[in-house]
Amino acid sequence: MYILSILFILAGTFFFFSGTIGLLRFPDLYTRMHATGKCDTLGALFSLTGIALYTGFSLTSVKILLIAVLVFFTSPTATHALLRGAFDSAVKPWTKDGKSVVDVQMRGK
Amino acid sequence: MQGFFLINSLILGLFVLLSLYRVVLGPGIFNRLIGASVIGTKTLIILAFIGVIYGRIEMFVDISLVYALLNFIVTLAAAKYFQRKGAL
Repeated sequence: MYILSILFILAGTFFFFSGTIGLLRFPDLYTRMHATGKCDTLGALFSLTGIALYTGFSLTSVKILLIAVLVFFTSPTATHALLRGAFDSAVKPWTKDGKSVVDVQMRGK
Repeated sequence: MQGFFLINSLILGLFVLLSLYRVVLGPGIFNRLIGASVIGTKTLIILAFIGVIYGRIEMFVDISLVYALLNFIVTLAAAKYFQRKGAL
């Protein structure tokens, strides 16, 4: 059981690592959000499952799994709300040749 | 086993420091908000690890739950506020 817990926690740390690299290296807001929104959700899910496996079956592990379910629902919701706020206040998406793909200025404030 | 959790918490702390770069220097308010949200999620996991290291996971899990709720509400409120107001 401990081996399984260690594997889950290492997988979670790997996802946090790739999310952090994406947050630092991607060129604009939307791609950074694409990296962090998914990697953070999955990393938190894996790490909390590993901690719950290490704790063993009790009320505490049920609470930890409840936190995992909460993060699984709230983290994409927060990412979506942040993205909608950025798009409505006319943050331009990055393209390779600098020309805009969507007309963000047409959207009302 | 405790050493494994300790080293993993230290690695996550290093990731928090790396994400702090985006919070301090990120262009615009929304990059800072992404960085703050990422740091909040990592802090949640570090709190659970600290509970395992101290052997009092049943106390730290409640703090972790409150931190998850607070992180969600803060991100949502800031996103709605800056959606109406535009960039700061």
